[in-house]
Amino acid sequence: MSEIRLTLKIWRQQGPDAPGRLETYESGPISTDMSFLEMLDVLNERLTLEGKEPVAFDHDCREGICGMCGAVVNGQPHGPEKETTLCQLHMRHFNNGDTLVIEPFRARAFRIEKDLVVDRSGLDKMITAGGFVSVNTGGAPDANAIPIPQKNAEEAMDAAACIGCGACVAACPNASAMLFVAAKVSHLSLLPQGHPERARRALDMVKEMDELGFGNCSNERECEAACPKGISIRNIARLNREFLKAAIFSNED
Amino acid sequence: MILDAKIPDGPLAEKWDRHRFQCKLVNPANKRKFDIIVVGAGLAGASASASLAELGYNVKTFCLQDSPRRGHSIAAQGGINAAKNYQNDGDSTFRLFYDTIKGGDFRAREANVYRLAQVSNNIIDQCVAQGVPFAREYGGQLANRSFGGAQVSRTFYARGQTGQQLLLGAYSALMRQVKKGKVEMLTRREMLDLVVIDGQTRGIVTRNMLSGAIETHAAHAVVLATGGYGNVYFLSTNAMASNVTAAWRAYKRGAYFANPCFVQIHPTCIPVHGTYQSKLTLMSESLRNDGRVWVPKNPGDKRPPAEIPENERDYYLENKYPSFGNLVPRDVASRNAKEQCDQGKGVGSTGLAVYLDFSEAIGRDGAPVINQKYGNLFHMYEKITAANPMHEPMMIFPAVHYTMGGLWVDYNLMSTIPGLFVLGEANFSDHGANRLGASALMQGLADGYFVIPYTIGNYLATISSGTQSTEHPAFKQTAAEAAAKISKLLAVKGKKTVDEIHRELGLLMWDSCGMARNAEGLRQALDKIPAVREEFWQNVTIPGSGHELNQSLERAGRVADFLEFAELMVVDALSRKESCGCHLREESQTEENEAKRNDTDYSHVSVWEFTGQDKSPEFHKEPLVFENVEPSQRSYK
Repeated sequence: MSEIRLTLKIWRQQGPDAPGRLETYESGPISTDMSFLEMLDVLNERLTLEGKEPVAFDHDCREGICGMCGAVVNGQPHGPEKETTLCQLHMRHFNNGDTLVIEPFRARAFRIEKDLVVDRSGLDKMITAGGFVSVNTGGAPDANAIPIPQKNAEEAMDAAACIGCGACVAACPNASAMLFVAAKVSHLSLLPQGHPERARRALDMVKEMDELGFGNCSNERECEAACPKGISIRNIARLNREFLKAAIFSNED
Repeated sequence: MILDAKIPDGPLAEKWDRHRFQCKLVNPANKRKFDIIVVGAGLAGASASASLAELGYNVKTFCLQDSPRRGHSIAAQGGINAAKNYQNDGDSTFRLFYDTIKGGDFRAREANVYRLAQVSNNIIDQCVAQGVPFAREYGGQLANRSFGGAQVSRTFYARGQTGQQLLLGAYSALMRQVKKGKVEMLTRREMLDLVVIDGQTRGIVTRNMLSGAIETHAAHAVVLATGGYGNVYFLSTNAMASNVTAAWRAYKRGAYFANPCFVQIHPTCIPVHGTYQSKLTLMSESLRNDGRVWVPKNPGDKRPPAEIPENERDYYLENKYPSFGNLVPRDVASRNAKEQCDQGKGVGSTGLAVYLDFSEAIGRDGAPVINQKYGNLFHMYEKITAANPMHEPMMIFPAVHYTMGGLWVDYNLMSTIPGLFVLGEANFSDHGANRLGASALMQGLADGYFVIPYTIGNYLATISSGTQSTEHPAFKQTAAEAAAKISKLLAVKGKKTVDEIHRELGLLMWDSCGMARNAEGLRQALDKIPAVREEFWQNVTIPGSGHELNQSLERAGRVADFLEFAELMVVDALSRKESCGCHLREESQTEENEAKRNDTDYSHVSVWEFTGQDKSPEFHKEPLVFENVEPSQRSYK
């Protein structure tokens, strides 16, 4: 274990309509065993004792699975480590004397609530539009009634691993949510249970994405690079196929 | 009040069927006249919300995260049990029931556990129908693995993310009902209190965590699915926001609390590495299949592990328990690790860790085999600690993981306040004094998908379907009390942060009310907790106001409740003068220093009733009757 000191430039914004600005803080001594969020905890404890308002940031499980945390560190959502959420990023990946610029996930569809906290309810709205299988509780057939090839189940799982953090949107120059929508459409179109609604789902989720103000995909691949769960952009290709098939060949309107 | 668990008559296997037939029904046209509040959107809350809305009830669901996809069920790794017997290896409903009752050290209700085993199969069917991508064999059939406490392979899994996939399934069912207008989803809302009018549950008071507004919501019934209280220890594997507040408020409004001292401590977590640490991370228990646990023989030996020769190492589990060795159950492994560290033999910078060494297994099976088995876990460990267990021993330490205690509920999952139902980890009902691996997911979904949809109707059919309104003075009064508490917190303006005091409470609980307890330590804790509470109310500092997003204030409210709840835990622990399940009562040991259960005096659920602020809670006893299994004593020697 060793200690480093950092200069932190953190986005402070009192509320959605208030002006925001970067404020500079000296981190004080930071153990390299700390996680990034623990480093923010230490700063917040100090600010609190100085009678100042701590930095608001979203977080919950701190195991990299709930998808609640996330901020842009030096221009990269969730920071520099590949396939790592902010809560699993450890300070040993930074050097003594580094300056870190810490900003919220920015997108037209993500309103800033306070400091690093943003409103990602758009992601829920896209799931509401069609990211489900219409089956009521009770009456489901035996779980082994429909065999699913292992490869399909694995591929579906690759896509289903999305944690809904919104880093893909923050990374995209167009603030597109294509990777998020593609992950859900892929997950369900790879499984037989998702087939009856696959055309409707693709059309509805894409429509909702457009209406919420997310941008279009222009193949920048930033989303894939930022995704803490390594969701592949091949899913976007699959979404495009699903969408085109639905728009041209299905009898859904 | 006499506790009536309302367990149906008849043979064990027929109880649930009989009960479902005897339950009163609400006819489909009337269901839309009833409003139900669900608090929490983890597995239990999301599955209950979706299922109740499908039936036609109007559901309002609350969660404190920004999205209902984030409840801490999501972090469960291992899997979910079901008695499918797809492996043809001798599993059955009765065997799953038996393993669960035995795993709980005979401190759970037979009827509830049997029902859990019965509906376990429906859960798997339901989840597959929703598109949960469970692991499959090459032929396309579902794969199973085995888990602790069972000799059959009955655990279904989706890689190491089973909780996530099941929760996303329940979440998708919930959002489908949001689309249909049957569920109103309110995120970033924290329940602050329960509204009870004339002895019946009528609604809740919440705080909008963005605006700070105190809001009231009325309904015909309230379902709490608010998870466990492991964060009373400050450090645990729970999510940061997991708390006892909703359950504690319900307790203070008249819901009885059952077995609060039953807490599960998981033996294989990544150790604490500094005072700033916020959270403990679990490593799968499967590691103990190939890892050997040891500490240096001499206290204070600070040499790196590689420099400590074989004859100066103490493989204490293998020495003490020759037949089970490193595979002793969770509680035994946890207790022994703490014991070694208390003797000064702990390793690492804090001295609060023991080694889990894979070098022998690597020598025996070769590095590729070990890497294939545990590579992903080693990777996760390396990410956090920067050490690679292929080259040096892993360090582990026990951590608080799950709370078996919770609000008391009857067979219908209704608390002692009519109209208040409690689901999942928040209730006490199914795991006794110890929960088996892969059973938490099963219980959350059983309660939400397959129990509450039947039993809530039985209650609603007995009350008026008249419109519920928040105009009643009880709503205004309860909201005013919640607002007053917030003002009081903000007015303290002391010199300590919320976390400082929370950490202090946590250490106190860990030392006195953790895996090993004794009367003296518990009594001392009872003296100390009020002092910590006093310190909190005199000296806490919370920047900002109540009318905005204020995370310090949120935490302060939760810690204020933990500071009251901790006392009840200790009182409960003190009154249970036996060792059972997850905890050792030092006064109750066998001659070989093993946990000694006392069925003559403690074969009951300890149930506590709130009698007033600063007054002792009243003790009630629900005797446990075992008609189908014979309680036996565990031995791992």
